[in-house]
Amino acid sequence: MSKVEVFRQHHFEDVEQQHEASWLGMWVFLATEVMFFGGMFACYFVYKHWYLQAFAAASNHLDIWLGAINTAVLICSSFTMAMAVYSAETNRAKPLVRYLLLTILLGLVFLGIKLFEYHSKFEEHLVPGSSFKFEESLARPAEIFFSFYFAMTGMHAVHMIIGIGLLTALVLQARRGRFSVVYHTPVELTGLYWHFVDIVWIFLFPLLYLLGRHV
Amino acid sequence: MNLSEIERREHYLNVNYGIRSWLFTTDHKRIAWLYLLSVTVFFFIGGLFATLMRIELLTPQGDLVQAETYNKFFTMHGVTMVFFFLIPSIPNVLGNFLVPMMIGARDLAFPRLNLASWYIFILGGAFTLMAAAAGGVDTGWTFYTPYSSIYSNTHVVLTVVGVFVTGFSSILTGLNFIVTIHKMRAPGMTWFRLPLFIWAHYATSIIFILGTPVIAITLVLVGLERIFRLGIFDPALGGDPVLFQHLFWFYSHPAVYIMILPAMGVVSELIACFSRKRIFGYSVVAFASLAIAVIGFLVWGHHMFVAGQSVHASMIFSLLSFLVAIPSAIKVFNWTATLYKGSISYDAPMLYALGFIGLFTIGGLTGLFLATLGIDVHVHDTYFVVAHFHYIMVGGAVMGYLGGIHFWWPKMTGRTYPEIWARLAALLIFVGFNLTFFPQFVLGYVGMPRRYHVYPPEFQVLNVMSTAGASILAVGYLLPLMYLIWSLRYGAVAGANPWRARGLEWQTPSPPPTENFDRTPTVTEGAYAYEKDPEEIYTLGKPAHV
Amino acid sequence: MSSKPVVSVRVYVLVFLALLVLTAVTTTIAFFDLGGGVNNAAALTIAVCKAVLVILYFMHVRYSDRLTWVFVAAGFFWLLILIGGTMDDVLTRQEISRASETPPAQLQRR
Repeated sequence: MSKVEVFRQHHFEDVEQQHEASWLGMWVFLATEVMFFGGMFACYFVYKHWYLQAFAAASNHLDIWLGAINTAVLICSSFTMAMAVYSAETNRAKPLVRYLLLTILLGLVFLGIKLFEYHSKFEEHLVPGSSFKFEESLARPAEIFFSFYFAMTGMHAVHMIIGIGLLTALVLQARRGRFSVVYHTPVELTGLYWHFVDIVWIFLFPLLYLLGRHV
Repeated sequence: MNLSEIERREHYLNVNYGIRSWLFTTDHKRIAWLYLLSVTVFFFIGGLFATLMRIELLTPQGDLVQAETYNKFFTMHGVTMVFFFLIPSIPNVLGNFLVPMMIGARDLAFPRLNLASWYIFILGGAFTLMAAAAGGVDTGWTFYTPYSSIYSNTHVVLTVVGVFVTGFSSILTGLNFIVTIHKMRAPGMTWFRLPLFIWAHYATSIIFILGTPVIAITLVLVGLERIFRLGIFDPALGGDPVLFQHLFWFYSHPAVYIMILPAMGVVSELIACFSRKRIFGYSVVAFASLAIAVIGFLVWGHHMFVAGQSVHASMIFSLLSFLVAIPSAIKVFNWTATLYKGSISYDAPMLYALGFIGLFTIGGLTGLFLATLGIDVHVHDTYFVVAHFHYIMVGGAVMGYLGGIHFWWPKMTGRTYPEIWARLAALLIFVGFNLTFFPQFVLGYVGMPRRYHVYPPEFQVLNVMSTAGASILAVGYLLPLMYLIWSLRYGAVAGANPWRARGLEWQTPSPPPTENFDRTPTVTEGAYAYEKDPEEIYTLGKPAHV
Repeated sequence: MSSKPVVSVRVYVLVFLALLVLTAVTTTIAFFDLGGGVNNAAALTIAVCKAVLVILYFMHVRYSDRLTWVFVAAGFFWLLILIGGTMDDVLTRQEISRASETPPAQLQRR
């Protein structure tokens, strides 16, 4: 049995079919994720249309620099992820592990900054609920804004955490030499997932952070 | 073939024994059985709630239960039936069993995901049953806000968690089917040689993939609003309850096509086999399945005509709702044309298929009444709507499911069921169904609202008729439960192809071996080649590369 | 996919730099009032450009088969259906008054 045959599952005719199926499967899953996050985006657009002034005012209370830094952090992590896949494709085992670890590190930095932001929002009484305080005439729609801020970035963070979990599993497998030019499908698929989570943030950043800066 | 021959031959049921071999299986056929048992349990739980409702409705007064309790009954009936029976039944039982076999594959693309989808289904079901046991939910299966997100004092969070979790079972199933159908067809099995059952499940899977995530996030938002007091649909903050309805119905309307498309796929198989004819206009029916799936995503606002949606949007949704009826009607015409000059036999599966065509037509036509803005204003939230959707979901989907179960029972079990009892049950179900639900069209038209446990005395006769019909329907449903189980032990042994049908699933023994085919088949002919012998159509190809 | 070419490091670096630049641009533009819905449109356009770069190059879609493209497109297209249908209702409602920034005083948060 050739080296690649080892990885073929019994119900597939050949590794090519298995790889194609896995790749398509991940893209179908990402289409579901587009719709999943998309539901929140749809609601957000509706309320932004109705309450632009309150949303802009609320957006101003977010730290644009932390948001921008986080955007850059995620873009870097997408780069390191792409480099990890590249390393697997070109049989570079050690760089593969290093790039995966870098991606995890950048992901953790992102989450750390997010945690800090959440904490400051709590301190500033901008968490929806009985303790919410905002300029009176805009307070209620602003509370809707912050509901979406926490729901959307929270859901995004959950996906980041899952991604970091997947990357950790990949690191452990990569260190045991599981991946090579011949077989690295899990690395590729995790890469697709990670890039998708980056894309969600690419849209979240301008919609949440950049609304009312020019007032 | 006799019993000892069957017992000696190895197949997917006897290849290993014990609970672990079932709970850790990755064989799509065994997973189909896991689902069969689960959905049957949920069907009867949903039926129990329906029974309680119909007993209450025997009298105009609210004498059996209080209003709040009745609200819980219709909510639990809807949640159980929609999410835990109608949506999973055909795809996860018949689809799981048959999709790989019909395309000549050894399993679905992702067998472990398939097993995971069943565990996820059970987990979601457990949450929902826990909610029911803890006192239930009273929001209606539609969970409209702000009642569900703020004001209801029932177990909303537990229930939406249950539905949310189960949604992932749907998503994984749809993902599996799409990849399988794209990538794992046997040599020669081109798209236009596929059985219409496969086209139907492909179209259904599109809806699983693109629709289910939206209700998932919607329920998350309702849950977050309840738990963390986020203000997403809260009118006191300027939130919009109609926005919830947009998100909810964006999935829940296509969901009804999830329920009917697989049944239509079953009906195509049955009509072809029991008329001994190719389906008239095969490719048109195939495209009609896709059209229903796609256009079905464009009509959700017809549930919101009187909710506060703009007239402009309502008119567009009304027009599109008329449009979506066209591919369904085309299918009915094509099935009828298939019957014409066919060699018809009236075995139980065919009785279900014929019943489907008639009842689905009535349900579909009354859907057009509802799609008409002016009429809907009067009959919205009345029993007219209830009758309409039960004609489709029970007269259509459930009968399609039962027809399919009977048709493929010999393949799944190696046994035949008792035909006389099966025909009797089909007849009872048909009569009981019509007696239950036709009066409800009249009730709705004269003004009886839905979701009420009391009504004016002049409506009692029709309500009593409906409850009487329901009791006949119940007997009709209990019969197959009994004789199908009976047949597992005492039914006549079935050969590979007792119906002399075409289709790859009939070219392998009953019950099939674990790998489905000993040799990978090569397909040279389209589906439903009833004018040819099976041997002319299929050649046994290279040894299966296991 | 084994039949796909390995994307070069150079391409990745260029895309990476482009993404950073676009982030800087969108952040900077936000501080200037460009009138009308231009700020909005600009921010969304830039976000779409960034997403497209990630999809085509980091996610290898540029080098993938048509089936992949169909599913990528389908996801976003379906999202447009959801947003479009909902916004059609929202934009064409003949409301006497939207609660505007302050909902009626009688409505209390529970």
